[in-house]
Amino acid sequence: MSVRHLPAAPGLGFKPEHFAAIRSTRPDLGFFEVHAENYMGAGGVPHAQLRALREEYALSLHGVGLSIGGAGRLDAEHLARLKRLCAIYEPESFSEHLAWSSHGGDYLNDLLPLPYTPETLGIVCDHIDEVQAVLGRRMLLENPSTYVLFAQSTLSETDFLAEVARRTGCGLLLDVNNVFVSATNHRADPRAYLAAFPLAAVGELHLGGHAEEALPSGPLLIDAHGAPVADPVWTLYAEVLARTGPLPTLIEWDNDVPELPVLMEEAAQAGALLDGAEVRHARAG
Amino acid sequence: MLAPGEGHDGFVAAFRAALAGGALPDGVTAVGEAEQRFAVYRNNVAHSLTEALARRFPVVARLVGEEFFRAMARVFLAQHPPASPVLLDWGAAFPGFLEGFPPVAGLPYLPDVAQIERARGLAYHAVDALPVRPAAVAGARSPEVLRLVLHPSVSLIAAAWPVVSIWAANQPGADLGSMRAQGPEVALILRDRALEVPVRALPPGDAALVAALLEGQTLGLAAARAQVAEPGHDPAAVLGYLMGAGAIIGVEEAA
Repeated sequence: MSVRHLPAAPGLGFKPEHFAAIRSTRPDLGFFEVHAENYMGAGGVPHAQLRALREEYALSLHGVGLSIGGAGRLDAEHLARLKRLCAIYEPESFSEHLAWSSHGGDYLNDLLPLPYTPETLGIVCDHIDEVQAVLGRRMLLENPSTYVLFAQSTLSETDFLAEVARRTGCGLLLDVNNVFVSATNHRADPRAYLAAFPLAAVGELHLGGHAEEALPSGPLLIDAHGAPVADPVWTLYAEVLARTGPLPTLIEWDNDVPELPVLMEEAAQAGALLDGAEVRHARAG
Repeated sequence: MLAPGEGHDGFVAAFRAALAGGALPDGVTAVGEAEQRFAVYRNNVAHSLTEALARRFPVVARLVGEEFFRAMARVFLAQHPPASPVLLDWGAAFPGFLEGFPPVAGLPYLPDVAQIERARGLAYHAVDALPVRPAAVAGARSPEVLRLVLHPSVSLIAAAWPVVSIWAANQPGADLGSMRAQGPEVALILRDRALEVPVRALPPGDAALVAALLEGQTLGLAAARAQVAEPGHDPAAVLGYLMGAGAIIGVEEAA
């Protein structure tokens, strides 16, 4: 069987603590997504579980450590590890972030922001060209959630992403929660951001929960992935689907992970909106 | 710090310095409270790496307490940041760090406990290898020429303290009152057929035998060393344990 794309259905981030429940209940999901870096050991439980999962579900391999927005060259060893994983598991999708996470040989384990300038645009495009050449496949690039902005930026994030997609041919992963988090943090309009987003390049959507702190100048939202998807994010998601039609949609919940049924409720909510989008698009078509 | 004029390299270097507590990089803007908003990045880096370290060394974390571990992790992070996005490789320097960290000098067994946890991490992720069938050993020739190849997950940690007992007493659900061990212990760490990673204390004869097998010595020589370490030693029990766990992956004849 060779499925080339993720199905336009809900997926979940795979958590090892759910493995037994997944095997016994075989939940109705379009795909599972895993963080590539968690499967870069040689053997043992992680690979045994991923092999078993792979037999029954489509797979999205999601990298968090390539530092595509970093200043230096990409880590060739890390890229080789990703290539190996792609060769073993043949994921339907590989995605990474518009962010940097390494500096001077040290790994910082966070998705850090960059100014959007002609210089960084060139760097990011070169890095994505290299990733796609080494992996021999098209990748998806995810929009970040950000907490500060940079006076150096001369391009908007949406123009930057559109230009990256145009120059490199990569697809985009639109994280709707990140859009809401960033817009709230920068007192901007998430709908204006989505109106400017190059939706035709989107190959996957992410939904996740955020945390909120009150600051004198306004709320600070943090992309904590430890809560249900917030209502305004569901609304934005439905609005995106109305424009794009159904797309593979991941529920991300990485911290304080609840039991599988709680995640399945989130997935079902996404599924209902995906079904609605399908009906509307069928009528429009 | 580096000026924005120095390009992306300068920007990243200045951002990194700010993560470590330095002044905010030039050009950072926010709707207000720029320091507090930038601090989300500082917290993410420190918190996520501290959590990663605590996941690799849960017994060390339990022994020193959560708050102390967090503070100690910050010191370790500053000295030994991960050199790769593959965090499961990170932490090799932690036992040595503990040895030279004065605030934990009162817990002299802590570096050895950390060694056990490090070895368990390596065993958990070690390369897969199929165990031999019992018949392969039963049908083999004289122990003088027989070599048993052990699974890549197998390792020994010889400690000056009863570290296996300490480790076991600090597992979830363990009874701390049951800890009576004193004196040195040798820990055998391996990944078993269920892909779990038990830790077992070996008596001196068993430890000498496994150490010799890990060196690639013949079973005959390994048994002889066990006799020296523990006169009257019977290798059957430890070999049975290794076989049962699936930790013998090859039977070779020495040339």
